[in-house]
Amino acid sequence: MSSSPAKTKPTARRFRFNWVDGFLWFIRVAALIAIVVGITGSVQNYIAGEGLTAVQWRDLVISSTSTGLMYGLIALGYSMVYGVLGFINFAHGEVFMAGSMVGFIAATLLFENGFWDANPFAAVLFVLIISMMTSTIVAVLVERIAYKPLRNSPRLIPLITSIGVSFFLQYAFAGLFGVASQSYPPAPGALGEDVIIFGIPIQGTKVLVFVVAMVSMVGLWYFVTRTKSGRAMRAVAEDKEIAGLMGIDVDRTIVVTFAVGGAMAGVAGLLWALLFRVVDFQTGFLPGLKAFTAAVLGGIGNLPGAMLGGVLLGLFEGVGPLLVLGGLGIPAVSQLKDAVAFAALFLVLIFRPSGLLGERLGSEDRA
Amino acid sequence: MKKTSMRLVAALGALALVAAACGSGADFEAGPLGAVTVEGDEDIQIRSLNAISGGVEFLGIPNQRGIELAIKDYGVIEGHNVTMGTPLDDLCSSDGGQQAAQTIVADTSIVGVIGTSCSSAAQGAMPLISDAGMVMLSPSNTSPALTSDLGGTAGEDNLPGYYRTAHNDAFQGAGAATFVSETLGLTRVALVHDGSSYTNGLTNAFAENFIGMGGTITVHTAVAVGDVDMGPILAEIAASEPELLFFPIFPDEGTAILQQASGTEGMEDVAMMGADGLSVQNFMELPESLGMYFSGPNTQFLSNVNEATGKTGADFLADYSASYGEDPGADFWAHAYDATTMLLTAIEAVGVVDGDKLHIDRQKLRDELTATSNFAGIIGSISCDEFGDCGVPVISIFQHDNLDDILASKTNILYTYDPTA
Repeated sequence: MSSSPAKTKPTARRFRFNWVDGFLWFIRVAALIAIVVGITGSVQNYIAGEGLTAVQWRDLVISSTSTGLMYGLIALGYSMVYGVLGFINFAHGEVFMAGSMVGFIAATLLFENGFWDANPFAAVLFVLIISMMTSTIVAVLVERIAYKPLRNSPRLIPLITSIGVSFFLQYAFAGLFGVASQSYPPAPGALGEDVIIFGIPIQGTKVLVFVVAMVSMVGLWYFVTRTKSGRAMRAVAEDKEIAGLMGIDVDRTIVVTFAVGGAMAGVAGLLWALLFRVVDFQTGFLPGLKAFTAAVLGGIGNLPGAMLGGVLLGLFEGVGPLLVLGGLGIPAVSQLKDAVAFAALFLVLIFRPSGLLGERLGSEDRA
Repeated sequence: MKKTSMRLVAALGALALVAAACGSGADFEAGPLGAVTVEGDEDIQIRSLNAISGGVEFLGIPNQRGIELAIKDYGVIEGHNVTMGTPLDDLCSSDGGQQAAQTIVADTSIVGVIGTSCSSAAQGAMPLISDAGMVMLSPSNTSPALTSDLGGTAGEDNLPGYYRTAHNDAFQGAGAATFVSETLGLTRVALVHDGSSYTNGLTNAFAENFIGMGGTITVHTAVAVGDVDMGPILAEIAASEPELLFFPIFPDEGTAILQQASGTEGMEDVAMMGADGLSVQNFMELPESLGMYFSGPNTQFLSNVNEATGKTGADFLADYSASYGEDPGADFWAHAYDATTMLLTAIEAVGVVDGDKLHIDRQKLRDELTATSNFAGIIGSISCDEFGDCGVPVISIFQHDNLDDILASKTNILYTYDPTA
C-alpha cells in the first residue's frame, strides 16, 4: 500500500432541502412578522390615543410581573428536581396549593382574633412560616413515599407517579377542605393600600411579592453557591454516581432539594393567596402547569432561568394578548391569555430549543 | 291418549289466558315511551338535580329544599308517597349533568327530575333523560338554547321532555338592555361572560337588544371558569371606556372581577351590573357589591298562592326558615316549588289506578305537562309553550343597598320588565 496520502478534492457540500427545517423557518418568520406588526399596531394605537393609556400599560406590566415572580418561585422547584433527579415533578403545583390552603386556616384564625389587622407584618410572617412548613412537609413526604422507591426506575415511571400524586393531593385537600373556594381575609394594614415608589402607586401586596421574591432568590442563591448542602446539590445534579463516590449523602441531598423547592412553593402559595384572595383545591393545577412551562422557557435545570422564565411568562400572558393580538386588530383578546402563555412556550422552543438561559442537565441526560 | 292430553293442555291454556285477561282489570297499555308502574308498597320516584356544592351551592340548595317542601305539602298521590331519593349534584357543568343523568336513567322507576340549576348541566343531562323517556323540569335554567329564541325557532339543545319554570334569557337580555338604555340612559356597555350556555346566551341577548336600541358594546369578552387573575381583562375593559360593565357570571369569577376592578385604573366610574347568577348571598355580602345593579326574575310573589298546595310565597318562606334555620340564599326556590307541584299534578292527572298499583304513561305525562295552562303557582300564572318554556317572563332589576339584609335589598326594585302586561 502506498503511504502517500491520496490527494482528494473537497467535495462540494450538497444542499439538501429538508421540509421540516423549511417549515420551522416559516413558523419563525411568520411569528416574528406577526409580533412585530402587532406591536407596531399597538404603538400606533397608543399614539393615536386609543387603546390602553400609559398608566394602564404600566399597571398591567406591574401586575403581570408580580404574577410572573410567583410562577418563578414555583418554577424553581421544578427546575431543582429536574436537575437532581431528571424527572418533572407534576405534584409540585399541589405542594404550592397545600401551603396556601393551610395558610388560609392560620390567616382566618388570626383575622378572627384581631391579630391580623393589629400587627400586619407579624401576622403575614407567621402565616408565611406556616405555609412554607406545610409545603416543605408535603414535598418531602411525597418524595419519601412516592419517589424514593422508584429511584432506579426508568425516568417515565416517576413522571407518571407524579401525575397520580398530583390528583391524589388535589382530591385529598378537596375532601379535607371541601370543594368551595376559601377566601383569605383582606390584606391587612399598609399592605392593602398603595405604596408610592418612584412616583408610581403600587398596591402594597404587589410590593410585598417583589420584596419576598427577591429575598427568596438571594437566599436560594446563597444556599446553592455558598453552603455545603448547596454544593452537594449541585454535585448531585452534575453526576449522581460520582457525587456518591465522593462521599456525598445523595439520599439526604435529594430530600433537601425537595424541601427547598417545597419551601419556595410555600412562599408562592402565601403570596398568591394575599394577591388573589381565593384558594381552592384546584388552585395549584394551572399555575403549576404554567410554572413548569416557565422552567422550560428559562432552561430546565437552570435556577436563574426558572425565575427569568417565570417573569417572562407572566409578562407574555398579561401584556402579550393586548400588545400583540390587540395591535393586530383582534377584539376581546384577553380571553386568549392562557393560549398566549403556552404559545410563548413553543415559540421560544422553536427559536431556542434549550430554553433562554440554556439547560443544565445531569450527566445521564447530556448528549 | 296423547291427543286427549294435548287438548286438555290447550283448553287449560285458553282458560288461563281468559282468567289473566279478566284479572288485569284496567287493561293498561303503555304508550310509545313506556310507562312506570308503581307497586302497592312503593313510592313514586322523582329526583332533584341541582348545584349543591362549590361556589354555586347558594343557587342549588334552596332549589333542593323547595322540592322537599313541595313534596311534603303536596302529600300522597293515589295512596302512594312521593320521594325524591338522594339529592344529586349537577356540579354546574355539562360533565356534572351528564354523570348525574347516567345515574338517573339507570333507574327506570324514576318518573321525572326537577333540575338542573345551571343551564350547562342541562345541556349534558338532557340527551340521556330525553332518550330514557323521562321528563325534566328546571327551576333555574335560563339559556335560550335549551328551549327556543321565543321567535318560533327551537334552540340547539332543545329536546322533548324538557320544561322549565324559570324565564328564558331572551327576556332577561331584553329587560336588562331596556333598563340600561332607557332608565339609566347609558350608551356604552362592556360585556363579560364565562363561556357557559347561560352566560353566553344572556350576554348575546343583551347585546342584540342593546345595539337595537342604539347603544354600543365596547368589548364583549370572556373569563375562563377558575380564573383568578383579572388584571389583563380589566385593563382591556377599562381601555374601551364603557359606562357600565355587565358581567352575568357566577360568584367565584365575579368576586375576582369585583375585587380587582377597584384597583384598576379606568374602572373607577364604571357602573357594575350582574344577573341572577350573582344575586346570591356570598356575593352580595362583599362590601364592593354595594350599589351594583342586579337583573333577575321577579321575586315579589309573596302573596301568590300555589293552586296545588294552597300555600303562598310567604308561607313557603316561613316553612323554609322553620325547617332549615335560614333564609334561601338565592331566588329560584319558588320556581323549584312550582315545578315540583306541576310535575306532581301532572302525574296525578295521567296516573291510571290498577288495584293498588299506579301506572304512569311517560308520553301522556309529557303531553299533560306541555298542555299546562294557567296553572296558578307562587311565581304567577304558568303556561307552557311547545318548546318547554313555562316561566313567567317578568324581570326585575334592583340596586343593592343593604349589605346586612340581602332579602330587603332585593326589594329595592328600579325597573320591572313585563312584556305580557
